[in-house]
Amino acid sequence: MENSHLLTYLLFLPMAGSLFLLFLNKNRESLIRWTGLTVSLAAFMLSLLLFLNFNGSASGFQFIENLPWISSLNVSYHVGIDGISILMVMLTTFLTPITLFSSWGSIRKKVKEFTFFMLLLEVGMLGVFVSLDLFLFYIFWEAMLIPMYFIIGIWGGEKRIYASVKFFIYTMFGSLLMLVAIIWLGVYAARFTGVFTTNLLELYKVGPFLPFGIQAWMFLAFLLSFAIKVPLFPFHTWLPDAHVQAPTAGSVILAGVLLKMGTYGILRFCLPLFPQSALEFAPYVSVLAVVGIIYGALLAMVQKDMKKLVAYSSVSHLGFVVLGIFALTTEAVQGSVIQMVNHGLSTGALFLLVGMIYDRTHTREIAKYGGIAKIVPLYSVALMIASLSSMGLPGLNGFVGEFLILLGSFKSPVLNSWGFAVFAATGVIFAAVYLLWMYQRVVFGEVKHENLTGLKDLNKKEVLVLIPIFVFIVWIGIYPGTFLKLSEQSTNRIIQQVSVPGFEVRPVAAGK
Amino acid sequence: MVNYIYLTILLPLLGFLVNGVLGKKIKNEKIIGAIGSGTVGLSFLIVLVAFFQTLALPAAERRQEVELFTWLSTGGLNVRFAYLVDQLSLVMALVVTGVGFLIHVYSIGYMHGDGSFWRFFSYLNLFIFAMMNLILANNFVLLFLGWEGVGLCSYLLIGFWYNRKFEKGTTSQAAKKAFVVNRIGDFGFLLGMFLIFMTFDSLNFQEVFSKAELFPVSEKVFSFIALFLFIGATGKSAQIPLFVWLPDAMAGPTPVSALIHAATMVTAGVYMVARCSIIFASAPVIMTLIAVIGLMTAFFAATVGLVQNDIKKVLAYSTISQLGYMFLAMGVGAFTSGISHVMTHAFFKALLFLGAGSVIHSMHDQQDIRHYGGLKKYMPRTYITFLIASLAISGFPGLSGFFSKDEILWYAYAHGNIVFWALGVLTAIMTAFYMFRLVFLTFYGKEKFSHDLHPHESPSIMTLPLMVLAFLSVVGGYIGLPAVFTGEGGNFFENWLSPVFTSAERKLEFYGSYSHTEELLLMVLSVAAALCSIYFAYFIYTKRQDIAERTSRKLRKLYNLLLNKYYVDEFYEAAVVQPLQRASETLLWKFTDSRIIDGVVNGAASLIDRTASLIRRLQTGVAQFYALIMMVGIAIALFWIIISL
Repeated sequence: MENSHLLTYLLFLPMAGSLFLLFLNKNRESLIRWTGLTVSLAAFMLSLLLFLNFNGSASGFQFIENLPWISSLNVSYHVGIDGISILMVMLTTFLTPITLFSSWGSIRKKVKEFTFFMLLLEVGMLGVFVSLDLFLFYIFWEAMLIPMYFIIGIWGGEKRIYASVKFFIYTMFGSLLMLVAIIWLGVYAARFTGVFTTNLLELYKVGPFLPFGIQAWMFLAFLLSFAIKVPLFPFHTWLPDAHVQAPTAGSVILAGVLLKMGTYGILRFCLPLFPQSALEFAPYVSVLAVVGIIYGALLAMVQKDMKKLVAYSSVSHLGFVVLGIFALTTEAVQGSVIQMVNHGLSTGALFLLVGMIYDRTHTREIAKYGGIAKIVPLYSVALMIASLSSMGLPGLNGFVGEFLILLGSFKSPVLNSWGFAVFAATGVIFAAVYLLWMYQRVVFGEVKHENLTGLKDLNKKEVLVLIPIFVFIVWIGIYPGTFLKLSEQSTNRIIQQVSVPGFEVRPVAAGK
Repeated sequence: MVNYIYLTILLPLLGFLVNGVLGKKIKNEKIIGAIGSGTVGLSFLIVLVAFFQTLALPAAERRQEVELFTWLSTGGLNVRFAYLVDQLSLVMALVVTGVGFLIHVYSIGYMHGDGSFWRFFSYLNLFIFAMMNLILANNFVLLFLGWEGVGLCSYLLIGFWYNRKFEKGTTSQAAKKAFVVNRIGDFGFLLGMFLIFMTFDSLNFQEVFSKAELFPVSEKVFSFIALFLFIGATGKSAQIPLFVWLPDAMAGPTPVSALIHAATMVTAGVYMVARCSIIFASAPVIMTLIAVIGLMTAFFAATVGLVQNDIKKVLAYSTISQLGYMFLAMGVGAFTSGISHVMTHAFFKALLFLGAGSVIHSMHDQQDIRHYGGLKKYMPRTYITFLIASLAISGFPGLSGFFSKDEILWYAYAHGNIVFWALGVLTAIMTAFYMFRLVFLTFYGKEKFSHDLHPHESPSIMTLPLMVLAFLSVVGGYIGLPAVFTGEGGNFFENWLSPVFTSAERKLEFYGSYSHTEELLLMVLSVAAALCSIYFAYFIYTKRQDIAERTSRKLRKLYNLLLNKYYVDEFYEAAVVQPLQRASETLLWKFTDSRIIDGVVNGAASLIDRTASLIRRLQTGVAQFYALIMMVGIAIALFWIIISL
């Protein structure tokens, strides 16, 4: 399957779908909805084909396609995936149809435009995960902002304009510095190879030989861009605003996939391109990650709005992912990769559930609920499973990621201190506090508000939306091997790339 | 059957799924109850067969492993779903499935008529599933799965009546408290696992323990590992300082208190310490710490138990106290005695709780013992079995608690010191006192309840389990008859378990020999003290209750201190919970996040905005203004050129 065009098909399918939508009459809403769902499901099928034909024992990129594009800049259409990107691609194609389907009930105005933007968004996200050319990557990275901007700005809540502008400008700001670094890197590459290039695989060979002073600046420029996207403390304040204002589908995609682009970017670009800087800055970034874990959790604890609570919990969870990445042990990085998927599933489920109850009561304020366990038992069970998954109960997916990350960073020779894992592990306690506390106030107790008595339980469609997510929540929790095996070789390759001569990433049992 | 040991885990899981998914449709309590108890009963039979099969093997071959599939494998980590069947796990499994089965059966009667009957049984089965994973795991991570799993079930079952009030709050608050406090312990357990993995490169019991025995690892590392693991144990097994959740856990239905919060789950910490005995034995400092914490917990919990008026509260503090004994045993290296006490305690404490449940049932949810009295003649079976259990826990000679407790006390003296022993005996005296205070206030004396309550004996589906447990409380101790009665090497229980603890005991190297006369003398002393205490309780609570009242009035301050459980809850609330919450809300959220961090972000935006609107003023659109600027510019340029000439 090396020479197949699967990735190109995958990229162009949603794009073609979105273009096709333009020709449909906007009043034929159900046709539009079905088209969107069919296209996104087809994309998921294609990614399954990728999965089936993927060779997990190879560490390099597969399904590579490389065509010259802008020859004067030596830019090419260069795509390919490794064990990490395939997981991200599958997460994207998995969540897109789910969110599209889930918004059949909640999105009632401008259905055509909404579906159009969602499919376009999928193209952008997929592009980010498969690009092997920095120029191409940058285009997808920025292009993806546009549909998201509209999704928040048109279908969002009351303060949607503020939120969408903040989201757009904040992330854009970080990206511009990255663009400068990309050009700088390409120019530098010319000194080594004779030509300006943005080919990632070529640049991997150049990056480690940059003078440290220059490399560090490039590293920081890339990192800033990714840190804002993650978001890493203290660059997180756009996130609660964006989440609270975004429609459910937007929140799910935002938390499920968009944030992962930041951590993915760190893994794909920051570490292998600038290994010395990555090692140098690892402890500092990890401190921010750990602060984010605790800070996000404490803030989640005191939120009064359910969506904001989940948003801050994302800050905490993504802190784990960043910590794992910079711990640079196989266990930790593997944990981070699987945790990216996990967070997409569990936070996705939480946002969907918050959205479902919001559709019924039009409030997300925790204090407006209480005692709904008896009224909506199915919903209560679903919310319980999603919460348990999010707080890392063993047997469900969240535990696998958190455990590997903490285990790996505890013994990490790069971080070289227990401290990181010890403080990070307190996040496990706080996660139980904020989630169970929310659950207690929303679901348990006596029914305090009369408008809740008539609440309808989950309908078949909503159950259908949640079940696939729960299947994977249990699957990854019990048998994560399916996914861990996919990424192990790629993870090891990245760690190898970072362990440049002069600094030895010592194997196990080193440190204190 | 050993190879099919995983069935004992799958069956309860199946029961959980069937009752959980279909229970609402089944509706029929008999079917639901039969599914719930049947799966556990079958599991018990499987364990029983496995036990006898293992017994038939020579001692060296009794350790067997059953592998299922790989769970977590990446980098240097390789964790499997694999089960360890050995002497220790078999004992625990027998207790859990055996006592568990009886409690399931009892629950059919106790929960009769409850709207969520099916939910109760599915949770109960889920608990057995998790507990069996905890016990049978062959590695730390799988044990942790069970460990958190039982915590979840405990959470779900404490908050089972989720819309009820409980004391100052609600049942769901109590449930959340239990989970969170346990999570604090789990935090320690996690760190323990990380350090173990870093040190021994594995999380598999077999590998870790054999390396722990042979590797030259510093005592400091061992101490840290042992300390972390013990923090985990203090959470799950309700020891100082993390015991505060257990009294609140009484918000759950009484069979839950019997199963989870007395007989099985709370002993998980003791089991874990016993399982890791070689690690603890390599960290003598922590061993001493465990003994001291255990003893302190035993002592303080007993003092609180003296004055509580809620029947379940008394039993809850009694459980904490007895768990303290078990940790005392662990701390002085008497692993077998500790596990023996786990077993006998499971019998008599489950019986006490179920008996209390029977009383509460007949008193229509009244739990205050001051409103009982004279129930003996109304509920004879409950009375007799409750009495037997009380005698057993008080260490009445010949009953199960006597053997296990006195063995612990003896080792506290032999491996520890006389202070350990003395405090242990003092605790035993208080135990006998509060238990018989309960017995006399409940079953003897004037009837202090209103007679429209019509107290009655519980149905036989509830009393039968009581009788079985009463039987076990009587004879349960005889498999662990101390050597002092049977001669050297005559303790069956010790012989059975000793291979599990050999390496730990080798490391501890107990010196000094003690005569059996000494042991007998101490035993007689403690028994005499306990018997006096029972008589004292009898005297006060049936004859001269005014003494109790007068004493409590005279020692008002002490009495209130005990009644309010040393104000530990209030202290935690004021010192940890409230400050954390308030600081998070005001300092972190409203100030740091909104004002500072987001302030900078929005400030940057508005700075650009403001600068731009300043600069914008230059673009007036008036041509004369532009001309003026141009002239000025030319003038400056000319001036510059002339100067630089």
